[in-house]
Amino acid sequence: MSEPKTDPQDGADAEAPGPGAVEIDGVAVRFRSRRRDVTALREASLNVKSGEFVAIVGPSGCGKSTLLKLVAGLLKPSSGTVRLHGEQVTGPRADIGYVFQRAALLEWRSARRNIMLQAEMRRMPSDQARKRTAELIEMTGLGGFEDALPHELSGGMQQRVALCRALLHEPPVLLMDEPFGALDALTREQLNIEMNRIWRETRTTVLLVTHSIAEAAYLADRVVVMTDRPGTIAEIIDVGLPAERDYAETMARPEFARVTNRARTLLGAGVNAAD
Amino acid sequence: MVSHDTTTTASTPSDETGASGVVERDRPGAGERIRDGMERVWRPAALLLACLAAWWAITAFDLVEAYLVPSPGTTLNVLGDKWGYIWHHGWVTTYETLLGFVIAVLVGVAAAVLMVYSATVERTLYPILLFAQVIPKIAIAPLFVVWLGFGLGPKVVVAVLIAFFPVVISMVAGLKAVDPEMLELSATMGAGPMRTFAKIRMPASLPHLFSGLKVAVTLAVTGAVVGEFVGSNEGLGYVILQANGNLDTPMLFAGLLVMSAIGVVLFVAVELAEMLLLPWHASRRGGSVTTSF
Repeated sequence: MSEPKTDPQDGADAEAPGPGAVEIDGVAVRFRSRRRDVTALREASLNVKSGEFVAIVGPSGCGKSTLLKLVAGLLKPSSGTVRLHGEQVTGPRADIGYVFQRAALLEWRSARRNIMLQAEMRRMPSDQARKRTAELIEMTGLGGFEDALPHELSGGMQQRVALCRALLHEPPVLLMDEPFGALDALTREQLNIEMNRIWRETRTTVLLVTHSIAEAAYLADRVVVMTDRPGTIAEIIDVGLPAERDYAETMARPEFARVTNRARTLLGAGVNAAD
Repeated sequence: MVSHDTTTTASTPSDETGASGVVERDRPGAGERIRDGMERVWRPAALLLACLAAWWAITAFDLVEAYLVPSPGTTLNVLGDKWGYIWHHGWVTTYETLLGFVIAVLVGVAAAVLMVYSATVERTLYPILLFAQVIPKIAIAPLFVVWLGFGLGPKVVVAVLIAFFPVVISMVAGLKAVDPEMLELSATMGAGPMRTFAKIRMPASLPHLFSGLKVAVTLAVTGAVVGEFVGSNEGLGYVILQANGNLDTPMLFAGLLVMSAIGVVLFVAVELAEMLLLPWHASRRGGSVTTSF
């Protein structure tokens, strides 16, 4: 809240050159299988400013997740370049946080020790890591469940643990691949509200892949709409709402309706064209 | 005390999934656990008793000549009278079994790790592994006696050969079953292959490994006894061969009983080790004491 977020009025020139946290430039990904070449992503370009929240929506198989893996360096582009803070991504990057749709927790570790895995892997000083873990547990409302094993936690709680783990090392960029996709509607809504607060508190750059147009419009500064066969960016919509957003109030705002309607039109058109 | 335990647990479990998000598993009190245990044990115990009764009936009504099937009483008497003798040879077999099992686990786990991390090693080792598995151990055991003499060597080698395969197969399966997202996550944490192995892959593979270990430990007993059959002057295999030669069926039966007991005890020991080492896994399976009972 105290942090001056991307001014909504600024949205129009978000494409303007600046200190880009993530620069995706003309990236394409082709998989070569024995029978045929599959194009997962065709000529995608996207610049994300530091501290910006960008959501990516699109149908299954449009290359949304591929885009995140490119940024993380888990996948190499067939052509084009990806830069993180001006530095070209050539292999797995450790200066990011990653959250998957499934919490992907180690079932033999308690919630706290699952979060601490991040520190152990990075050999972070343990007292610093422990302090940060306690802060994150507080921030995400995991208090009281630190010692529970993953199978004792509900889906929403597991995803909170995964989020804490991704935030432990205070990554400048947080990549989220449908993090709330497997949760029930109410839990999802609750986590959306918390995500908005956590983003404002941590001031991290977020790239969120989601199936939910509402989730994208509620959380993001900009919504990237992708279409499939082959996956490509159809349009980037500026949301133009302040960073701090009340859930119900945001849903009722005309900007919200404009963004969601535009995204729906684009996605509907994409499906028709493909059929 | 016990009844107090049960009532407290009985009164709490109503809030199954709190709005807070923790799925409350009912953790049974001591009384409940004992009742649960009885519930599980009585059926197999009854079956075992029925078998004993049938055995007794066959001998008591002279359905079979006494020199072919000794009565339970005679067998127990032999166990009691010749306890020192049986104990000595039983210990030899146990020792051979354990040594074979431990070597099989060490070699098997190492081979599995190499095979999972290198496709070349996997391609190279796999045919040999399969060959070692399909060749009948009883057929090659005499060869080991020729090579290694009448001592410990051939028994341990046969036990290793026979127990090795399930260890490798289960460990490879365990290491390959690791969630690929976990490995990607590990890469984004800047962890190298060693740390990924130590903190993610190895622990994740343990439940698979343990199911292989349970098979392996019972097979190791077979391996040791096969080794003894082929050439030895010690061990339960030797006891059984001697008894067989002398038509001493009570001693033969006593040997078989002790041999089975060794297998069961070792199996339960592996299960207990699994419960101690992987409590998270055991609790997920539903908290049963042993899968065998």
